Amino acid sequence: MDQLQMHMLKKVADLHSVPEGAYNIRDNGTLAGRNTTANIDIISKEDKPGIDIVIKPGTKNESVHIPVIVSQSGLKDLVYNDFYIGEDADVVIVAGCGIHCGGSEDTEHDGIHTFHIGKNAKVKYVEKHYGEGEGSGGRILNPTTIVYIDENGYMEMETTQIKGVDSTIRDTKAELKDGATLIIKEKIMTHEEQYAETNFQVDLNGVGATTDVVSRSVAKGKSRQVFNSKICGNNQCYGHTECDAILMDEGHVNAVPSLDANHLDASLIHEAAIGKIAGEQLIKLMTLGLTEQEAEEQIINGFLK
Amino acid sequence: MLELQDICYQVTEDSKEKGILKHVNLKIEDSFVAITGPNGGGKSTMAKIIAGIIKPTSGKILFNGEDITELSITERANKGISFAFQQPVRFKGLTVLDLINMAHGETLSLNKACHYLSEVGLCAKDYINREINSSLSGGELKRIEIAMIIARGTKLSIFDEPEAGIDLWSFNNLIRVFEDMREKIQGSIMIISHQERILNIADRIVVLADGEVRALGTKEEVLPELFHASAEACSTLMDKIV
Repeated sequence: MDQLQMHMLKKVADLHSVPEGAYNIRDNGTLAGRNTTANIDIISKEDKPGIDIVIKPGTKNESVHIPVIVSQSGLKDLVYNDFYIGEDADVVIVAGCGIHCGGSEDTEHDGIHTFHIGKNAKVKYVEKHYGEGEGSGGRILNPTTIVYIDENGYMEMETTQIKGVDSTIRDTKAELKDGATLIIKEKIMTHEEQYAETNFQVDLNGVGATTDVVSRSVAKGKSRQVFNSKICGNNQCYGHTECDAILMDEGHVNAVPSLDANHLDASLIHEAAIGKIAGEQLIKLMTLGLTEQEAEEQIINGFLK
Repeated sequence: MLELQDICYQVTEDSKEKGILKHVNLKIEDSFVAITGPNGGGKSTMAKIIAGIIKPTSGKILFNGEDITELSITERANKGISFAFQQPVRFKGLTVLDLINMAHGETLSLNKACHYLSEVGLCAKDYINREINSSLSGGELKRIEIAMIIARGTKLSIFDEPEAGIDLWSFNNLIRVFEDMREKIQGSIMIISHQERILNIADRIVVLADGEVRALGTKEEVLPELFHASAEACSTLMDKIV
């Protein structure tokens, strides 16, 4: 692997070398490395670009890394990745996409990830998006995540986009059966003229299905963000969605939480708070000896930690 | 150490000028000074003027002989002024450890950071990684605020009503914390307080009322007068009721 590839892997998957366990590295639309284990198989799709990741029932304490790197200016990469997580499995899946754009043409990666989570299975899914490069072309990432969680299954999804992505539309849809749980933690920071749109829809179909969808974001420069989060309570269930955004400069945030209760015992809550950094927070940190700029950085770093 | 020279602070209320502080002259050289007086008397405003949060309308502030009137909050903090807020601020995401480290100015060992929390009667392991958010009670936040000031260890530490919002049990510990600080600290402590037990351990008491220094002296000099005045106020009130 060359230096640029290693650097991007570190940014999107915290990897310092080729990961342990199962992995699949996609570089400029082609396979750059793959490893499978006794319990985790990765198979290339034949009808369209992408892979199937099949995790055997009962697989415990294993991880799968599937980072994507795009460094060829002008490339539009589309990929379909399907995850089949067997019953009672307990695994960590780390995805992520880094775009390094060195040219003047737009560079784009659209990843469509579908999760089929078996009964009582537990998945932690970590996804990071990152863009860089001196080129004037746009860095565009449009991830779609579709999640089906079977009875008493559990998924925690941490999705982060902190830097360098000019335009993103992030769609996440989930359907939960009896006793299933979905926790989503989203962190976004946009700069300059960037645009980030997030659309969550969670259907709580089963008895005791639970979801918590929390987004924290910072909009700097002239960037714009849209946050749509819809929770449908179709049974006796519990859903909570929260959008917390900090505005800076001329940033713009539009938060639209939506609750759709179709059952008497559906308990749904939404919260949204948008505003600039509170003056008293800055003052407090300045009384500890920080400059206004240092105080601002500490507050933002803590908020998006 | 600290000198306020002819400090005035005026605000406009209903298009009328109102004096919050009126020609306050004060020298603080002792190690433990309590500022007391009725609500609305200007105590918190004075503390904020010393910390640089409010700019006085006129007057001068000298700190160790240097004129700091025009210095920013940050510059004053770095010269050795600490200020514990009456109402501590909450931060989503920042932890108790983050703030103790920022207060100290460099990353502390976990043991040392925990030591500051233990000083204010908090069980360190339960709190050190907690976020400074709405899950903490007012009393817990006040104690963390005090721990931050101890961690800074500056020449002048100002506390704005540290006892407010702290339960009776914790209050006894708080008195102990200040008695301890009084022994150890290498500078001055200035506490805004209404509590007799805090006034009792002060070297000097300043009574600030209606924006003016009404009394200044040792507790033997000031306290009898103070309690006599409040007894009078009470009897006047009683007369009205009866």
